[in-house]
Amino acid sequence: MPEKLLMKGNEAVAQGAIDAGCTHFFGYPITPQNQICEYMSVHLRAAGGVFLQAESEISAINMTYGVAAAGGRVMTSSSGPGIALKQEGLSYLIGAELPCLVVNMVRGGPGLGNIAAAQSDYWLATRGGGHGDGHIIVYAPATVQELYDLPHMAFDLADKYRNPTMILGDAILGQMMEPVEMRGRRQEPLPEKPWTTTGAKGRPRNIVNSLRIEPPELEQHCRKLEAKYQQIAATGTLWDEYGADDPEVLVTAYGTSARVCRSAVSQALEAGIRARLLRPISLFPFPSARLRELAEQAGKVLVVEMSLGQFLEDVRLAVEGRVPIRFHGRTGGMVPTPEDVLGEIRAAVEGT
Amino acid sequence: MEVVFQKPQALTEARLSYCPGCSHGLIHRLVAEVIDELGVRERTVGVCPVGCSVFAYENFDCDMIQASHGRAPAVATGVKRTVPEAVVFTYQGDGDLIAIGTTEIVHAAARGELITVIFVNNAVYGMTRGQIAPTTLPGQPTTTCPEGRNPRLEGNPIRVCELLSSLQGPAYIARVAVCAPKYVIRAKRSIKKAFQTQLEGKGLSLVEVLSSCPSFWGMTPVEAMHWVEEHMIPYYPLGEFVGGKD
Repeated sequence: MPEKLLMKGNEAVAQGAIDAGCTHFFGYPITPQNQICEYMSVHLRAAGGVFLQAESEISAINMTYGVAAAGGRVMTSSSGPGIALKQEGLSYLIGAELPCLVVNMVRGGPGLGNIAAAQSDYWLATRGGGHGDGHIIVYAPATVQELYDLPHMAFDLADKYRNPTMILGDAILGQMMEPVEMRGRRQEPLPEKPWTTTGAKGRPRNIVNSLRIEPPELEQHCRKLEAKYQQIAATGTLWDEYGADDPEVLVTAYGTSARVCRSAVSQALEAGIRARLLRPISLFPFPSARLRELAEQAGKVLVVEMSLGQFLEDVRLAVEGRVPIRFHGRTGGMVPTPEDVLGEIRAAVEGT
Repeated sequence: MEVVFQKPQALTEARLSYCPGCSHGLIHRLVAEVIDELGVRERTVGVCPVGCSVFAYENFDCDMIQASHGRAPAVATGVKRTVPEAVVFTYQGDGDLIAIGTTEIVHAAARGELITVIFVNNAVYGMTRGQIAPTTLPGQPTTTCPEGRNPRLEGNPIRVCELLSSLQGPAYIARVAVCAPKYVIRAKRSIKKAFQTQLEGKGLSLVEVLSSCPSFWGMTPVEAMHWVEEHMIPYYPLGEFVGGKD
């Protein structure tokens, strides 16, 4: 009988990582994710792992790079300003093909912004991972249970494909408390990694590097990364759906916005409106094909997010202009209300 | 026939990418000889920087990691805290270590990370063709201070060994030169002591090696060696700052 605990989101993602076999964590204080660092400083150490509060978010991502190169299962976390600092490090991790998990508990921006929840780091996550051609795999939980579960998936995928992964949460998800079914510590050994830099005893030496000074070589390497992302998209695209089987309006949102939309869609269904919610769980890769299919079926789309329209762009790309898209965005830490979303659903259906 | 000199095992057959008269080749050889003499080549993981020695991963015959600019001490921290039995060294230039990398070296040193830092100080940014470095001397011209470094505008150079000696984490800090044979012999001794410090688990070890850059000092290789002796050593005194008595 799995244990069930009431947990705070920040603690759940940390415990999820520990149970998934995390060996190292490097962090730096920034609200609203400080509990991740504090939890790790006690519980990861208790589990025999290595915790270090680094001197900056830049140092933390570079310590992460070193552990990844040496074969550890490593995580770092921050919020917007700190994730921005990590971009170069992420680009190196992508280019050198190293696995790791990065958690962003998004806050209001730009700049110092505020410490309330936002979804305005969508571009940073899906267009980021720093400079150059490459991507990080991005997951968006909407519950504390998902915050606990996703590290297992993220670490395994990171190791399998040798790529950094990200869990994109927000200040509300980080602080809220919900029941979590625990799965206990991973028992299987971690996968073998013959390419790691651990000391070249009994084997040829390994080099972890992202420099490819000859353009044909670098192009070839980028195409290899591209193929990796296509493979991940084919087998690892995740989303959830809720609502009418024959929708007249498709609502799409992720994370906290999706929780609000679920309430609104519930109320819409009660009012006889055939609304359906598509909630992406992987943001990169994006569930474009399914979104387009449902959009065409419904004939109209409502996008809800806590930003001025970042996730909206990927929806537009997926829909390819085939049906009208309506947008409801709040930003700066403001959260959409179910009443407002329901109003938008009605207006979409009534064509106003 | 007796072999009196040969390429160390810890260097690959790959050609070095450095300019004629550059000290990097010499320093690579000293580090590699020490690794061989200590018998730790198969345990060694080197972390190379951004700068002229970015390609050092081609030249050291051990596991190598190429790190982002200035961050090698953080990368090395990650490696050592994953594989504690590895012998981990960083190899960094002056821009890498004490411009962009100041935070990482100060904190790795403060934590007393069991890594060995080889700091190559040639008072200029070589790879990018000759800009001012934190260790450029007053009056020394570079492409971003063509009139010569002016302390009123650009501040004074940083003495890294003295700076890091104020911390408790370092167990061995030394400054050496390689501009003449007598200095080369002492440099190798210091590099060996540095690696031994790591093997003995005492704390962070760092050797600053005063080096030449004939290409971007606008000198011949021989003139550049003299310039190190006549101008750099007076500003950057040689010696053991921490751990010398052992």
